Amino acid sequence: MFNFARFTAIIRKEFIQMRRDRLTFAMMFGIPIIQLILFGFAINTDPKNLPVAVLAADNSPFARRFLHAMENSGYFTITEQITSEAEARRLLARGEVQFVVNIPADFSRRLVRGEHPAFLLQADATDPSAVSTAIQVINEIARTAFDRDLAGPLQNLTSRPGPAELRIHLEYNPDRITQYNIVPGLMGVVLTMTMVVITALAVTRERERGTMESLLATPAIPLEVMTGKIVPYIVVGFVQVTVILLAAKALFHVPMVGSLPLLYLAALCFIAATLAVGITISTLSRNQLQAMQMSFFFFLPSLLLSGFMFPFRGMPEWAQVIGEALPLTHFLRVLRGILLKGNGFLDIWPDLWPILVFGVVMMALGAMRYRRTLD
Amino acid sequence: MTNDRFAIDVEGITKTFGDKTVVNGLAMQVRRGEIYGFLGPNGSGKTTFLRLLCGLLKADAGSGTCLGFDILTESAAIKRRVGYMTQRFSLYDDLSIAENLRFVADIYELPEARKAVGETLRSLGLEGRGGQLAGELSGGWKQRLALAACLIHRPELLLLDEPTAGVDPKARRDFWEEIHRLAAEGLTVLVTTHYMDEAERCHRLAYIAYGTLLAKGTMNDVLASAGLTTWEVSGPELNELARILQGLPGIDQVTAFGSKIHISGRNESALDLALGPFRQAPQIWQKIPPGLEDAFIGLMQTANDNFSTEPAGNA
Ligand SMILES: Nc1ncnc2c1ncn2[C@@H]1O[C@H](COP(=O)(O)OP(=O)(O)OP(=O)(O)O)[C@@H](O)[C@H]1O
Ligand SMILES: [Mg+2]
Repeated sequence: MFNFARFTAIIRKEFIQMRRDRLTFAMMFGIPIIQLILFGFAINTDPKNLPVAVLAADNSPFARRFLHAMENSGYFTITEQITSEAEARRLLARGEVQFVVNIPADFSRRLVRGEHPAFLLQADATDPSAVSTAIQVINEIARTAFDRDLAGPLQNLTSRPGPAELRIHLEYNPDRITQYNIVPGLMGVVLTMTMVVITALAVTRERERGTMESLLATPAIPLEVMTGKIVPYIVVGFVQVTVILLAAKALFHVPMVGSLPLLYLAALCFIAATLAVGITISTLSRNQLQAMQMSFFFFLPSLLLSGFMFPFRGMPEWAQVIGEALPLTHFLRVLRGILLKGNGFLDIWPDLWPILVFGVVMMALGAMRYRRTLD
Repeated sequence: MTNDRFAIDVEGITKTFGDKTVVNGLAMQVRRGEIYGFLGPNGSGKTTFLRLLCGLLKADAGSGTCLGFDILTESAAIKRRVGYMTQRFSLYDDLSIAENLRFVADIYELPEARKAVGETLRSLGLEGRGGQLAGELSGGWKQRLALAACLIHRPELLLLDEPTAGVDPKARRDFWEEIHRLAAEGLTVLVTTHYMDEAERCHRLAYIAYGTLLAKGTMNDVLASAGLTTWEVSGPELNELARILQGLPGIDQVTAFGSKIHISGRNESALDLALGPFRQAPQIWQKIPPGLEDAFIGLMQTANDNFSTEPAGNA
């Protein structure tokens, strides 16, 4: 028979326990709030203020007007004035700019003569959704920007299809295949999720079952225990990397332009960093459930703010700041750089060292906390 | 203070968690080769003290040596020479017997780990069962395995935390025979227990309550320090009698033992005075030497009385 008094007693007990368990409590409110903030504000699939490098051999009023119109649209911010094609290539490869506008030397002369001169927009189309609106906008600008300067006697040049021709080169992912962007990203996401959770649980389980106490009573030192726990999972991580690479090749035909050994090296750094997060979480949590919850706390922002789900440059400033602090953000850039752009070590280094720094800091934190685990 | 005669020689050991003093100014000397029993009610700080000894926790105050090494600064050396069997079974359930032993042997850097594992399996009589998962063993076998794992690196000191909890009487007796054999070979054993028969098998004892050492020495020393007088009563209507006697001035404890009750008091004349009116037929009254259990319960009550006069349990 259902007993109502017993029923309410159980409910009361559950509420008391819930209140005592601060972390669950925090999760209950934290997750919806975080989701709301992230989905509501951070997620903006219409990135603005994309960085542009200008390679202008022609400094005419026409060119200046065009660039001015670009900036006025809100979609572009000119961050660099450059002088060589090589520089353009480097900036695009490292992801320091999204676009390069290349205006040839005789542009204005030929424009005035009505020769329909061409100028070039190179776009880093690794992540197609990051550039699609911007490209629509710039096409529109190219059609109308010169109209005002071509008033009066030159009016007849404002005819359709426009006085000048904007040629757009989509670099790295010319067909704008989203899988090219998502599949490498998925590697980083899967590694983050599994590596953090597995290690966090592995260590917490020791403490929960009481085996940690025996382990601490032996001569084994914290660093041995930590690294000893990390290494097997590095192997697991490499297996995951390989599986995803094979699937990317076989199922999605993702191009692999760069060096695979370099990719594995970068993956090693990233795996070590995420494992260190797992270890640190395990030293902070009392049981496996808590470890699971904290892992999720780390995973959620990684998923949403790293540029995996939404174009990084589409996120508001504060979200980008958080994103820059997460190893996944940098790893995604490294991965896409190696696979799609064929980046070498020097190109990925700006995103490799933050991963290393993050890993070292986490490892130090974990080692510091580990000793005190029994106290 | 370092004395080669003592395996453990510590004094003033204090440990607090938050504002709770769990071990309070504890001093203990354990001679080499002796079996030292460590008793006390639940939560009295026994496990905490063992952890302090082998460097799992750092003492807030106090000093001393364990096997001649400073417990505060040389815990690495201590850990190599101590075998600590934790209160909970703490081998890996998901590793086999042999894998567990091998892991321990490797952690202690035994030069011939494989051989040591083989020998241990043989001495356990588990030669054919090395591949069985440790988690599948019965309680008695788990305990034997845990002890064997503590001994694999040939420690000089064994710290056993309630090693026989939940183990059947036969296995318990075998266990204690093993302990005595090891002690005869020169191993020092510090063992916590709640069983009186086990306490009686120790060379010397210490009794702790609320983190404070209340009595130590041989069994007779402990009995004497409790200073109890005990009457044993048998006969009809004992329940009724016990109910009336409970709480009378001069009577500290009334304990039922099946068909008998024990009535004890710390002050012999007050006890006799209080019992005077009741000492008549049909029950049979007899003054007996108090047992360890009476002594411990008496010690605990003394501690209780002392603590309840102090503010909020903080010693
Ligand atoms: N890490 C800790 N943090 C806070 N309090 C602790 C911690 N470890 C132990 N205590 C407290 O210290 C007290 C003594 O615990 P301890 O485990 O040493 O007792 P014990 O004598 O071994 O008890 P038992 O006979 O039940 O095993 C208990 O009240 C316990 O709650
Ligand atoms: Mg205990």
